[in-house]
Amino acid sequence: MQELLNECSNPQLGKKLLAKVQESAAEFKKRYGRRPAIMEVCGSHTHALAETGIKKVLKDDVNLISGPGCPVCVTDQKSIDAMIKLADGPDRIICTFGDMVRVPGTERSLLEAKTEGKDIRIVYTPTDAVKIARENPEKEVIFLGIGFETTIPILAVALQEALQQDVGNFSMWMTTKLVEPILRALLDAKETNIDGFLLPGHVSIVLGKNGYRYLAEEYRIPGVIAGFESVEMLSSIYKLIRQLLEGRAEIENDYSFVVTDEGNPVAKALIEKFFEPVDEPWRGIGVIPKSGMDIKDEYARFNAKKRFQITVGEPRKTKCRCGEIIRGLVTPEECPLFGKACTPLKPIGPCMVSAEGTCAAHYQYMRED
Amino acid sequence: MAERISLAHGDGGELAHRLIADVFVRAFGHTEEARFDAALCSVPSGKIAVTTDSFVVKPAFFPGGNIGKLAVAGTVNDLAVSGAVPLYLTAGFMIEEGFKIKDLKEIVQTMAAEAEKANVRIIAGDTKVVEKGSIDGIYINTTGVGYYADGKLPVNPAEMEPGDAIIVNGTIGDHGVAVLAARGELGITTELPSDCASLNGLIQSVLSETDGVRIMRDPTRGGLATTLVEIAEDFKATLEIEEELVPVRPEVQGACDILGYDPLYLANEGKVIFIVKKGEEERVLQLLRKHELGKNAAVIGRVANREKGQLHLRTALGSTRRLHRLSGMMLPRIC
Repeated sequence: MQELLNECSNPQLGKKLLAKVQESAAEFKKRYGRRPAIMEVCGSHTHALAETGIKKVLKDDVNLISGPGCPVCVTDQKSIDAMIKLADGPDRIICTFGDMVRVPGTERSLLEAKTEGKDIRIVYTPTDAVKIARENPEKEVIFLGIGFETTIPILAVALQEALQQDVGNFSMWMTTKLVEPILRALLDAKETNIDGFLLPGHVSIVLGKNGYRYLAEEYRIPGVIAGFESVEMLSSIYKLIRQLLEGRAEIENDYSFVVTDEGNPVAKALIEKFFEPVDEPWRGIGVIPKSGMDIKDEYARFNAKKRFQITVGEPRKTKCRCGEIIRGLVTPEECPLFGKACTPLKPIGPCMVSAEGTCAAHYQYMRED
Repeated sequence: MAERISLAHGDGGELAHRLIADVFVRAFGHTEEARFDAALCSVPSGKIAVTTDSFVVKPAFFPGGNIGKLAVAGTVNDLAVSGAVPLYLTAGFMIEEGFKIKDLKEIVQTMAAEAEKANVRIIAGDTKVVEKGSIDGIYINTTGVGYYADGKLPVNPAEMEPGDAIIVNGTIGDHGVAVLAARGELGITTELPSDCASLNGLIQSVLSETDGVRIMRDPTRGGLATTLVEIAEDFKATLEIEEELVPVRPEVQGACDILGYDPLYLANEGKVIFIVKKGEEERVLQLLRKHELGKNAAVIGRVANREKGQLHLRTALGSTRRLHRLSGMMLPRIC
C-alpha cells in the first residue's frame, strides 16, 4: 500500500504528467482562446492542489476553480449561529469536528464559548460523542453533524450505536449537504463557466461513479473522479482536458482502487435507514430543495433540532465574500478582508477557518507578500 | 511512603522534607550547593547564557520519553543552539494533588539520567502542590545556565550569504506525532518514539571542528518551517528548502496525511537546524553522521539571498511556494 502511495506522489512521474497537462492545455487555449475551466468540487482537492504547488504552476495553463466542497464553508451563517447558541444551555456537552470550533458566529465562536467555560469537545468521530454521552449521563451531549456524503454514513453509525445502546442523552444537530443538488444549482445558475469537474474521491467512495451520470447525460459536462496525491490529481486534470479536446463528456473513474461504479451499498443503506432528504440553506446561495439530510421522524428523539428550542436573529453583515468564493465567482484575493482583517488566526468567514477552505489554502500556500 | 501526592507534600513541613529527601535529593544529589536558600555555583569568567522554559506536555509519559526528559533536554538545547556550553539547571515542579509518587519518582529519575547524559547539574529546585483539578498532573519549569568557552559566540549569523547550506540532523515531526498518538484521541496507534534528546554533545562535536556555522536553532513548537521563517526574518535572508530533501519518516507522513497536518509544522525535541558556510556542508554532515543523533542529517536547502527575508519551499513537482509561520493549527500542550 505504501509503495502504491509513494508512486502516486512520485515526482518524476508528476513532472512528466505536468508537461502533458500543459501541452494539452496549450492545445485547448489555441483552439478556444482561453484556459480550460475546471472546478475542483472537494475542499481536500483545493488544499492538496495548493499544497503540492499544482495550482500555482498551472495558473497560466488551467483555470482551476475551487468549488463548494468544504463543509463548514457552505454552512449558512444562521445555522452556524444556531449551533453555537446550543452551547448556552445548562448541563450540555457540545461535540464536533475541529474546524467547527473556530468558525466565527455572529456573537462568538465555540472556541470563545469554551474559553468562557462551556464544555465544548473536539472529537475525531461522532461515535466518540456517543461514548461521552454514556460517560456523562447527567449531561445532554449534542454532536454537530456537518459534512457531505463522506461524513453522513459515519453520522448514521453514531445514531445506530446510540440506538442499540439506548443512549437517551445523545442527540445530533445536522446541517449536512449533498453533492448532486449543489452541482445542479451551480450549473443551472450559469454564473460560472465550468468546462469540467474534478470529482471528489472520498465522496465518490460512497456515491460511486454512477452517482455523477447526470453531469454527462443532462449537462454534457465531463467529470473525472480524482485521488489526492499530486500524480493522481494531474492525471485526472489531463484526462479532463483530453475529453474537452476530443469533444467527449463522460464520467471517468481515475481513483478506481477505492471507488466502484455503484459506490458503497452498506453506507448508502445506513444513510437511508436513519436520514431523509431535506431543504438546506447554503451560504451565499439560499435554500436548495432536498440538498441535505436530516434524521427521520421515527428517530426524532436523537434530533437536537426537535429536542432543543433555539432561536437566532439575523446574522451580522460583514464584507466577507465566502458566499461568492464557494460558487467560484471570485478568488480569495478579490475579497477586501483576505489576509488583512481575515486570517486563520482571526477568521471572519468559514473559508478561512477550515484547512479545506479556499481562503485558508490561498493564505497558507499561495500568499506571496 | 504514601502512594500519592497530597497537599501536605507541598506545605514545607515534615512530608515535604521527606519527599525532597527521598525523591529529589536522592536523584539529583545536589548536597554541595544546597546549604543555603540559593545554590552557590561557579562559572568560568566571561559571558554566560540563561534560559527558562515551562513544560506542560500531555500526556506526561509518551513513547521515547516523559515530561522530565523533555524539561532537561529542552532547556539544554536552548543553551546549546545559542552556542553556549550548558552547565547548570534549576527545576520547579507544580504537582496536582493525587499524582502518583511512583510516577513522580520515574520523572525525577529520568531527569537525573538525562542531566548526567548531557553533562549538566541540577542545582536548585522547588515543589508546589495544588488542589486536585487545578492543574493536569504535573508541570515542570527548568532554567538553564551555560557559558561561552572563549567568552564569545561561536556562531555569526551576520555573515550568512547566498549559497550557504541549511542542514537538519534528522527526520522531522517525530515528537509531534508521538505525543499526538500517545494521547489516544486520534484513532492512530504508533510506537514511533519522540526524538526528545539533549543536543549539546552533538552540537559541540560540530563547533569544535569547524568555524563555518552561521547560526543554529532548534525547531520545537511550530516546527521546521516556523523556525526557518524566524531565521529568515531576523536576519533578512531568503531561504529556500526542497520538499524532497527534508527527511520525514513514513509513519509521520502517513499520520499527517490522515490527520491533515504538515510535517514541516510539527514539533521536534531533538532536532537542530544549522546554517553553514558554503563549502563546509560536507564536513558538517560527516561530523553529524558520526554521532548517534545525527545519523540522518541532510542538507535540505540553501540561503538564496540577503534581501527579502522569506522562506520558500520547492515542491516535488518543481513549483515554488512561500512558507509562512504556523497559523491556526491547534496542537496545544505538545511540550
